[in-house]
Amino acid sequence: MELATWTYEGPPHVGAIRIAASMRDVHLVLHAPQGDTYADLLFTMIERRKTRPPVTYTTFQARDLSGDTAEIFKDACREAAERFKPSVMLVGASCTAELIQDDPGGLAKTLDLTMPVVPLELPSYQKKENWGAAETFYRLVRACASSRIGAAPVRSEKHQPVCNILGPASLGFRNRDDIGEVRKLLEELGIAINAVAPLGASPEDLARLPEADFNVVLYPEIAAPAARWLKKTFAQESVTLPPIGVGATLDFIKAVAKCAGISDGAGRVAERLSWYARSIDSNYLTGKRVFIFGDATHAVAAARICHEELGFKVCGLGTYTRELARDVRAAAERYGVTALVTDNHLDVEDAIIAAQPELVLGTQMERHIAKRLRVPCAVISSPVHVQDFPARYSPQMGPEGANVIFDSWVHPLMMGLEEHLLQMFRDDFEFNDTASASHLAAVAPDEPQPVPHEQPDQVPAGTDKFANIINWTESAEKELRKIPFFVRGKARRNTESFAAERGVNPITIETLYDAKAHFGR
Amino acid sequence: MTTVLDTIKQPFSRSAAKSRPVLRERGQHEVFCGLTSIIWLHRKMQDAFFLIVGSRTCAHLMQSAAGVMIFAEPRFATAIIGERDLAGLADVNEELDRIVAQLIERRPDIRMLVLVGSCPSEVIKLDLDRAALRLNRHYAPDCRVMAYSGSGIETTFTQGEDAFLTALVDDLPEEQPDAAPSLIVVGSLADVVEDQFTRILQGFGLTNISFLPSRSSSALPPVGPGTSFILAQPFANDTAKALTRRGARQITAPFPFGEDGTTQWLSAIAAHFSVGKARFEAITQPGRQRARQALAHCRKDLDGRRVFFFPDSQMEPALARFLQNEMGAEIIEVGTPYLHRDHMSCELDALAGTVHLSEGQHVDRQIDRARAARPDLIVCGMGLANPFEVEGFTTKWSIEFVFTPIQGYEQAGDLAELFARPLRRRALLKVEA
Repeated sequence: MELATWTYEGPPHVGAIRIAASMRDVHLVLHAPQGDTYADLLFTMIERRKTRPPVTYTTFQARDLSGDTAEIFKDACREAAERFKPSVMLVGASCTAELIQDDPGGLAKTLDLTMPVVPLELPSYQKKENWGAAETFYRLVRACASSRIGAAPVRSEKHQPVCNILGPASLGFRNRDDIGEVRKLLEELGIAINAVAPLGASPEDLARLPEADFNVVLYPEIAAPAARWLKKTFAQESVTLPPIGVGATLDFIKAVAKCAGISDGAGRVAERLSWYARSIDSNYLTGKRVFIFGDATHAVAAARICHEELGFKVCGLGTYTRELARDVRAAAERYGVTALVTDNHLDVEDAIIAAQPELVLGTQMERHIAKRLRVPCAVISSPVHVQDFPARYSPQMGPEGANVIFDSWVHPLMMGLEEHLLQMFRDDFEFNDTASASHLAAVAPDEPQPVPHEQPDQVPAGTDKFANIINWTESAEKELRKIPFFVRGKARRNTESFAAERGVNPITIETLYDAKAHFGR
Repeated sequence: MTTVLDTIKQPFSRSAAKSRPVLRERGQHEVFCGLTSIIWLHRKMQDAFFLIVGSRTCAHLMQSAAGVMIFAEPRFATAIIGERDLAGLADVNEELDRIVAQLIERRPDIRMLVLVGSCPSEVIKLDLDRAALRLNRHYAPDCRVMAYSGSGIETTFTQGEDAFLTALVDDLPEEQPDAAPSLIVVGSLADVVEDQFTRILQGFGLTNISFLPSRSSSALPPVGPGTSFILAQPFANDTAKALTRRGARQITAPFPFGEDGTTQWLSAIAAHFSVGKARFEAITQPGRQRARQALAHCRKDLDGRRVFFFPDSQMEPALARFLQNEMGAEIIEVGTPYLHRDHMSCELDALAGTVHLSEGQHVDRQIDRARAARPDLIVCGMGLANPFEVEGFTTKWSIEFVFTPIQGYEQAGDLAELFARPLRRRALLKVEA
């Protein structure tokens, strides 16, 4: 057993759902207890997807356990095939269904479905979300592209090198916009894109993967096993060098050009990070201590940007991706720190406390730690919540990705002038040690202080002294404070104008609610 | 306090409700499991800590639901069962003890530790009740340990709270023999709603009023034959049974939604405690007046609108009754995850005969029914809401009814507003998505 306040990854079946939800014409039937449909919300709410994810859950209950849960699975499978008519059906089990051992793969086979069925083994008590996604993607690629084994290579007579982009998936951190940046980089090099998968791909697209000359693996966490199989089976080389940061983007271009057999030509990329970081305003960023944690791809990329492009000092580097721990260890060695490889949130908390950083670059989970320790924090990797699926174009990769990164990593830090003044004058009532950086306090409380208990009749500070002075009774003031702060100011103003109109003074609890009823809200 | 309130019609007829046809379906249930109730319970009872004993899926559910808030000191966690734990049951208990020790060392401020069972812990038959007894011997009196099941196989969404409250009832102190008659209001309510009800009930002359769950684990109300209780939430079915077992008497009433629902709920209490009619009128009149006034703001938005409810929290029949009787809406279907006929009898009697009732779910078929009915408003969970919006339907996501103060007179307008807002919003937005 392991104590987890937060978990960096979901169970492996969530990875499988991510692949199914990324693709077109694929349906997943998941043997799972009632309640596991919460996973739909990750897609409809966090990612704001417009359709239900293509998943049918058996949602068995306790009373079903004494009966035939296998039959429930078969019914669900049959109905899903009938209703959704996918080109490929995925079948698997969640953690509880794994315990009752109904064998979804075997059961689906007995149904004689018209479409191919890909059974998934998802060991929930050993593996996690990214592994589940990688495994599912690998199984799908194998199932769809196997028919091309031994077929005459289709990539013979063409003028242009062609590649696949592998790895972007539903619920991936900024995957949607990264594709746009990478596509632009490749097209500027004169490289055509055969398929992007799994995001937006159909099983037919997966079958076409062997037609490309090589693969660009943007997220090894998702696509490394599939790319390895494609290399072994169809001799496709892979570029596994995610273009996150200016230097990494240049290296990516070189690697891709080499793979495509063309000259790269690009001495630099048109980004603003390098000038912004050089401009004197960024001087105070020098040597800021940064703690970095995330999936391996984003953590390694972030460390390089911090060290080489922003002039920070990397004081801690770690990942929860055990599969790629070696890369992170190698990077940590370059920056003179020991890599932290753990999926335990509490270990990360301890490491951050020990490292005493001035900035934490991490996941949604590090925001909890940073809040507790009152350290500025920016998000660089999954797991993330709804605010990190923004409406605006916000890639992490390529030139625009570098611009986005500069803005979002510097933003939580206290601005230079404020930092200086704070060191000179420590007892300011507004700017002081306990207050957060003033550029972040966008919502300054316009709320007057509550009336102290000893002086029930005192007029609250902040009331316009030229208006008719209306008092609040102590109990009404207390009641007002039960209203959520973001509407409290409005409730106060409404009640006071209501009382003024009617000559009510002082305001009682009754007045407060009379006014509420009067205004509706 | 001599005349019994004469406007009260009691007992409510049960025959009509009993005979109403209900569509019972089985298939995919698009609902939450009972673990989700921790999201509001941990805020209600601030000195309690909820430790789920389950899998990574359980932990993932909790953080997906609650993790958008940033917690400096989270009050829930998961003991994730690993491969080694599945090998043999004996050391699972030792493992659990180790985890609890680790947790209490980190958070010595915890006064009540709640072990919450999940699907995996139920399927491997890990006895958390016994574990709680064992741990209690070790940590009491500084920290009490109790257990309940919030698993998806046993509980749907708000039933998690019911299971928690049921476990609490066993822990309630015995009422003193000479204690004054007391009232327990059952079901989590927003603090502000509790305070309003307290003022009204004190106005009736009741002195011994408490709420379950209480705001702190040290303020649990005593229970015994002098205790009466009333449900403020429709899902506290097992809690009611447990309280009855401890000798308490149940007051039956519709649920306190809207002006009428609140008045009937309060009048059932008043009748039970023989509160005079004049007093009842004097105390409730201003609230009733205000509630009617506030409801009028939304009436034009909801009058004549056709509403379809998907199952979620068991609040659906009561909410539908409010929409139909007080806002003039037409109800097409009321889905509920579980229908307790006795507790719901007043609500069912009040619903028009044309309303379809369904219990349980086959989500695909229910979606087909909703599409065919072309309702003006669909009340459903967040897994369905955005996809329905894309199809051109207006939806109200149902979880909000659990997270918003909606009971009582002063919130009647807010409750109507919850339904009216999505309709108003759709009319307001001029660009198509």
